Amino acid sequence: MADVEKKTITEDVVRYVAQLSRLRLDEKDVHKFQEQLARILEYIAQLNEVDTEDTPPTSHVLSSMKNVFREDELKDSLSNDEALKNASDKKDGFFKVPKIIKDL
Amino acid sequence: MEDFLSGIKSYENWLKGQHKPLPDIAGFILSRIESTDQDIHAFARIDTEEVVKRAAILEKHKGKGRLWGVPVAIKDNMCVKDTLTTCGSRILEGFKPPYNATVIDKLLAEGALVISGANMDEFAFGSSCETSCYGPTKNPHDKERIPGGSSGGSAAAVAAGEVVAALGSDTGGSIRQPASLCGVVGFKPTYGRVSRYGLIAFASSLDQIGPITRNVEDCAALLEVISGYDPKDSTSVNREVPRYTGSLSQKIKGMKIGIPKEYFTSGIDKDVNDRVKEAIKVFEGLGAETVNISLPHTKYAVSCYYIIGPAEASSNLARYDGVHYGHRSKKAGDMIEMYIATRNEGFGAEAKRRILLGTYSLSSGYYEAYYLKAQKVRTKISDDFREAFKACDCILTPTSPTTAFKIGERTEDPLKMYLSDIFTIPANLAGLPAISVPCGTGENDLPVGLQLMAAPFGEETLIRAAHAFERGRAT
Repeated sequence: MADVEKKTITEDVVRYVAQLSRLRLDEKDVHKFQEQLARILEYIAQLNEVDTEDTPPTSHVLSSMKNVFREDELKDSLSNDEALKNASDKKDGFFKVPKIIKDL
Repeated sequence: MEDFLSGIKSYENWLKGQHKPLPDIAGFILSRIESTDQDIHAFARIDTEEVVKRAAILEKHKGKGRLWGVPVAIKDNMCVKDTLTTCGSRILEGFKPPYNATVIDKLLAEGALVISGANMDEFAFGSSCETSCYGPTKNPHDKERIPGGSSGGSAAAVAAGEVVAALGSDTGGSIRQPASLCGVVGFKPTYGRVSRYGLIAFASSLDQIGPITRNVEDCAALLEVISGYDPKDSTSVNREVPRYTGSLSQKIKGMKIGIPKEYFTSGIDKDVNDRVKEAIKVFEGLGAETVNISLPHTKYAVSCYYIIGPAEASSNLARYDGVHYGHRSKKAGDMIEMYIATRNEGFGAEAKRRILLGTYSLSSGYYEAYYLKAQKVRTKISDDFREAFKACDCILTPTSPTTAFKIGERTEDPLKMYLSDIFTIPANLAGLPAISVPCGTGENDLPVGLQLMAAPFGEETLIRAAHAFERGRAT
């Protein structure tokens, strides 16, 4: 079982995580977040003190809970119009997005 | 100020004497909110036209329902059909949900006058209501101080007498901490007791909706209305809802109240410590028996929470991409560029911080070390409680280590802000019900709250104990 990381988060890792999160940070923010996240992670590293060798992870707080199944029945749902009502751009009953495929 | 909004009963008495149709009453209440809210800013916005329209519908069913005509504020993260619901975030600007959250349907069915748009920390990320994109809410007891968060608008609206009651949501203390700091009652139900359908998700394994009220009786009444199984929320529990208001009159003689030593250490304000110690005496005077207990993993709760909470949040917030609803950047570019620009413009600093932290702890190579480790420690924290409840019926602690702090005091130090929730987070991690009840004020006249926690589905025990205390303190 790996331990909570002891080494601090670097600015490169902050940039990498921002990219995974679809965020782009300017250098000032990278620097600020690096400092703040490093402090938070340093605090969080106290979890290493806890012996969890034989402890199962919590998957649901109430141990009595079981998987929930239901019949696959057709019920009322939002109309196409209602579902698209909040979209910033739409066309012919679809969400419209900027170009995904690059020109050759 | 006349205090006809100080509880459901006093409001109903006042309403009877008015002999006016509900839309007129609604107009009067809205104008009072408008004037009080110039200083407090408990609401991000109010769609007054919509509220008066709802009042007109209720007027046709006069007197029908347990909350007929009662103004209830709704935190800005619960979907109200065709009414702006933005979670205190720019990224949801313009969002009008095409459906009601289940709790809204339940309130409407009982005749409540729903007033949505109560201010909150962006996506409920915060303990001070300062991260809202609409600006901070002020504490009605001292306008230079924060009301607590994230349900700060809901708590302030109730404390300032703008509404009779409110709904908040609680992921790490977001109902109880602002209730404590504003001197009102706040209740976080057992995980699964209240449907989360239509609650804009923060951390799905921790979030619960609950009432914020002026007294315990109203709290019980609201809890009874909003609780219950909902097929639309697969984590809601299919279990009968007890008559919580029936627990109000019951005595607490012989009730065993656990006092965990880990919650009475250094770092608590003297005022908080003194008031809570006095409260323990009140409970003993009412015939309750106090038992010293230990919850040894308490000090790991904040760490555990700041892995699990942001991890789930980063996943839940991945849906904000500028396509389906809310803000879309006007900047030109391809799909990915649009996503990035939209999210950069839409999310505030605290939301970005949590998304980064959560994405980091879930990313390849870190998942086991962070998320899995935290879920194991979470089991330990739940085990502590399970063990403790063998010796007591409920557990008494301070709700917050301090009274309301000054606006701006903790915004530059996220870790310090996170530690505001040190006493409320454990109940979320373990899924337990917990209530915050006012227990006096400190030297600076700021409210202090005490917290009671019970075993899962121990809501009745909490209502009983809190109500007995509320009356015991008054006499």
